[in-house]
Amino acid sequence: MTGLLIQAPAPTEATSIAARRGRRLWTALRRSPKATVGLAIFALFCLMAVVPQLFAKESDTVALTFQPEVPPSGAHWLGTTNLGQDIYAQLIYGTRQSLLIAVVAGLFATVLSVIIGVSAAYLGGLADEVLSMLTNVFLIIPTFPLIIILSAYAGKGNLTVVLVVLIVTGWSYGANQLRAQALSLRNRDFLESARVRGERRSYVIVFEVLPTMTSLIVANFLGAALYSVLTAAGLQFLGLGDPNSASWGTMLHQSQANLALQTGMPLWSLAPGLCVALLGVSFALLNYAFDEISNPALRPVRRRRAR
Amino acid sequence: MRYLLRRSGFFVLTLWAALTLNFFIPRFMPGSPLQALRDRTHNKLSPQALQEMLTSFGFKPNQNIFVQYVTYLGDMLTGHWGVSIGLTLGEPVSKIVNQALPWTLGLVGVTTILAFLAGSFVGIVAGWRRGSTVDSVVPSVFVVTSALPYFWVALLLILVFSVWTNGALPSDFNYDNTLQPALDWTFISSVLTHAILPGLTILITSIGGWVLTMRNNMITTVAEDYIRMARAKGLPNRKIMYGYAARNAFLPNLSGFAMSIGFVIAGAILVEYVFNYPGLGYLLYNAVSNTDYPLMQVLFMLFTVAVLVAVFVCDIAIAWLDPRARAKG
Amino acid sequence: MHADITLEPTSGAPMLQVRDLTVEYATTRGAVRAVDRVDLDVDRGEFVGVVGESGCGKSTLLFAIAQLLSDPAAITGGSVAFRGQNLVTMTDKQLNALRWCDYSVVMQSAMNALNPVTTIGAQFEDAVRAHDNLSASHIRRRSVEVMELVGIDPIHLGSYPHQLSGGMRQRAMIAMALLFTPDLVIMDEPTSALDVVAQRSLMVQIKELQRRLGFAIIFVTHDMSLVSHFSDQLLVMYAGQVVEAGPTRVVFDTPSHPYSRGLLDAFPSIRGPRVPLTGIPGAPPDLGVGFDGCAFAARCTQVKNVCHVTAPDLYRVRGVESRCLQYAPDYSDAWLAAAKEAS
Repeated sequence: MTGLLIQAPAPTEATSIAARRGRRLWTALRRSPKATVGLAIFALFCLMAVVPQLFAKESDTVALTFQPEVPPSGAHWLGTTNLGQDIYAQLIYGTRQSLLIAVVAGLFATVLSVIIGVSAAYLGGLADEVLSMLTNVFLIIPTFPLIIILSAYAGKGNLTVVLVVLIVTGWSYGANQLRAQALSLRNRDFLESARVRGERRSYVIVFEVLPTMTSLIVANFLGAALYSVLTAAGLQFLGLGDPNSASWGTMLHQSQANLALQTGMPLWSLAPGLCVALLGVSFALLNYAFDEISNPALRPVRRRRAR
Repeated sequence: MRYLLRRSGFFVLTLWAALTLNFFIPRFMPGSPLQALRDRTHNKLSPQALQEMLTSFGFKPNQNIFVQYVTYLGDMLTGHWGVSIGLTLGEPVSKIVNQALPWTLGLVGVTTILAFLAGSFVGIVAGWRRGSTVDSVVPSVFVVTSALPYFWVALLLILVFSVWTNGALPSDFNYDNTLQPALDWTFISSVLTHAILPGLTILITSIGGWVLTMRNNMITTVAEDYIRMARAKGLPNRKIMYGYAARNAFLPNLSGFAMSIGFVIAGAILVEYVFNYPGLGYLLYNAVSNTDYPLMQVLFMLFTVAVLVAVFVCDIAIAWLDPRARAKG
Repeated sequence: MHADITLEPTSGAPMLQVRDLTVEYATTRGAVRAVDRVDLDVDRGEFVGVVGESGCGKSTLLFAIAQLLSDPAAITGGSVAFRGQNLVTMTDKQLNALRWCDYSVVMQSAMNALNPVTTIGAQFEDAVRAHDNLSASHIRRRSVEVMELVGIDPIHLGSYPHQLSGGMRQRAMIAMALLFTPDLVIMDEPTSALDVVAQRSLMVQIKELQRRLGFAIIFVTHDMSLVSHFSDQLLVMYAGQVVEAGPTRVVFDTPSHPYSRGLLDAFPSIRGPRVPLTGIPGAPPDLGVGFDGCAFAARCTQVKNVCHVTAPDLYRVRGVESRCLQYAPDYSDAWLAAAKEAS
C-alpha cells in the first residue's frame, strides 16, 4: 500500500554503479589502517621483486664468494650462509619467486573458483549437484599431504608442478562462497530486468553478476594468495622445492638442514621465515580490511560516551 | 533421514576419491616403484623377494589394472596395508602407523581442540563487547597470528625457549630417549615437557582463525531481532550473551572447524618435522623422503579419514545443537 | 538535556508520558535525527496507533520508548515517564526490574524475534525466571495459561519457532508478552508479516485481549486503515516528526494535515463511489542532509513559499494537533507577505 506513496528512483546502469562502487572502495581502503599496512608491505615486496638491485648490491646469490658463517656485520647485514653466500642478498632476490607463486597461483585458483562456483549457481540442476559435490570433495581431501605426495612423485623442485598443485587444491574454498553469493543474486531485480531485455545468460553473468561480486572475488584472491604463500613455503621448507632456485623456502630448508638455530646463525632461519610471514600477513590484513568494508557491522566502533 | 543418507554418500564418495587418487598417482608419475625398491634394497634382495614385496602393496604388474584397483581398495579398507619399503624395510605398515598415531592424536588433537574452544571463547567476548578496548585490539592481533607460517613460529619458539635458555624446554622428540615408556611421573612429565613447544606452536598459529570467525559470527548474531527481544524481556546480560547469542553464533563456527582440519593436518606435518616429533606427520615426511609408497598411501588415506571423521562428528554436534538442522534431516 | 520528571502519581496523569523525545543516529556524515521532539500520552487501557511510511521513525520511536536502542542510535533528548519515573535516566538494573512485568514488546517478525535454537516454552521460562523465582511447574502452568489466552494448543510449548506457522508464531509472541499481564504492550508492526485474513483475525484477537486484561497498547504500522478500526488515538509520523495526532475518528475521517490526507486518499474504500487513486509523488527527505522549513513541503499539494522557510510546530485544530503552517494562529496574508519578502 505504501508503494503508492513513494516514486521509485530512476534505474541506473550497472556500469556506473560499478564505477561508483570502485571509487568508494578505494576511499574506504585508504581510510582503513589495516589495509594501508597490508598494502604497504605488499608494495614493498613487489618493489623488491621487480628491482632487487635497488636493495642488494650483490646479485649472484648462488656463488660461494664470501667467508662462510660470518655473523651480521656492515658488509653482510644478515651474515653469510655455511657456504659463504650473502644471506641478505638471497633474501632480496628470493622475493621474486615467492611473490610469483603467491600471485600466479592465487590468480588462477580464483579464476577457477569463479568459473566453477558461478556456473554451479547458474546452471543449476544436475550440473550444480555435480559441481558442488566436486567442490566439497576437493575441500575435504587434505591438501598438504596431497601436495607433498604429488611433488615427491613428480620430481622435486618443479615449479610448474608446485603451481599446478596449488591451483588445483586452492580453488575449492572460494568456489563454495562464490556459489552461495551467486545464488542469492540470481533473483535480484536488476538481473531480472536484464533477462527481460533478452540478454543472453552469459552476458548476464559476466556483465551484471560478476561486477557485483567483485569484493568477494578479491577477498578470495587474497585468501588463495595467502594459502599459496604458506603452502609453497612449507613445501620448500621440507625440501620439496627446487634446491637450485633462490627463494625464501629454499633458504629455510638449507638453514634448517644446517641447524642454523643451534649453531648460532639464527637469522639465517628467521629472516626468510619473517619475509614469508610478512607477505602472508599483508594478504591477511588486506583480506580483513575487505571484510570490514563489505560488512559494515564489522567496522571498528568508536564507543560513544554514555548518555 | 534423507539428509543422513546424503551425507554418508558424500563421505563414501570422498573416501573413494582419495583412495583412487592414491592408487593412480604413482602409476602415472615418472619413476617406478620397482626401481625405487631396488635402490632401497641396494640390490640385495632376490628378484623373487622383491616381487613379493611389491605385491604386498598392490603392485602386481602382471594383473590387469582393474583387478589391481579393486584388490587395492579392498586391502586398504581391511587393514592389509603391506610392508614399509622405507627406512624400516619390511616392517608392517600397520605397526608403524599404530606407534605414531597416539602421539599425533595427543599433541595435535588436544591442542587443536583447545585452540578451537579458547579461540571461540575469546571471539564470543570480543564480539559481544563491541567498541571496548578488548575488541579494538583483538582483530588486528589475531589477523596477524593467523597468517604466520607454522614452521616460523616453531623456529622462533625453539630459539627463544630452547636455544637461548640452554635447553630449558626440549625441542626434539616426544620424550627423553633415555627413559623407558612407563606410567610413572618421570615418563609422563617428560612427555608433557616435550609437548609444550610444539603444542604452543599449534595453539598460537591456529587460535587466530577461530577468534576471528567467532567474533564475526557474534557480531552478525547480536544484530538479530531475538537479541533485542531478549533485552526487552529483561534477561541478564550473561544469559543473553551465552544462551541466545553464542549458542547461535557457534553453529557456523562448528562447521568451519570440520572444514579446516585439512589445515590442521598441514600444520601437524610441519610442526612434527621441526620438532622431530614422531607422529603421523613426521612419518609422512620420512615416507616421502624415502619413497616409501605403501606408507605414503596409507597415511594419505588416514588423513582423509581423519577429516571425514571430524566432519561427521561436527555434523552430529550441529544436529544436536540446532533444531532446524534436525528438521532438514 | 534529560529532564528528570517525577510526577505525583495521581489518577489523572497518563500512564506513559513521552516529552520531547529525540533520537539520533551517529553516522560518518554526522548525527542523523530519526525522531524529532515527539510528545505522546498513553492512558491506562488506551490503544494508540502510530502510522507512517517506511523510514519515518516510528519503529525507532518505539524502541526508544522501550529503551531498546543500540549503537549507533541513542536518545539525545527528552524524557519517557512511565508511571512517573523517567525511563531514559534509569540504569539497566532498574530497567530490568520493570521490563516485561510492567511493559513488554511484540516485534514485527516472530521468526526473527524468537531464538531459533530453543523451544517456545524455554523462552517463556527465560522471561519468567528473569523476574520471579517460581517453581518449574508454576511457570509451566502460567505458560499454558497464556497460550490458551491467544488460542494456541499448549502442546506447542515444546515446539521450536520454525515448526509453527507465521500466524501461530506471532500469537506465541503475544502470549509471551502477556506472561506478567503488563500494563503496556508495545507492538511493532506485528501483523505486517501476515496475509490479510490472518492480519484481521490477529487484530481482533489483540483487541479482545485488551478488553479482557486491560493493558494499553502502542501499535506501530504503515497500514493506516487497519489500525484505525481499533485504535483510540492515532499518531501520524513523517520524517521523524509527529505531523498529526488526535482521536482516531477525527484524524481518520477528517484529516487536517496534507500528508494524512494523502495517506488516506491512497487507500480505496470498499463502499462509496469509485475515485481515482492518488499517491503522494516524491520521496521523504534525506534525514542525513537535513531540510529547512516543513519536512513535507517538497511533496505537499498545498505548499506555500513560507513552508520552505519556517518549520511548523504542532497546532491545535478541531480537536487534533497538526503540524501544518495553515493552522498557525498567526497565519494570515500579511504574515505570508512578510515571510515572502524576507526569503
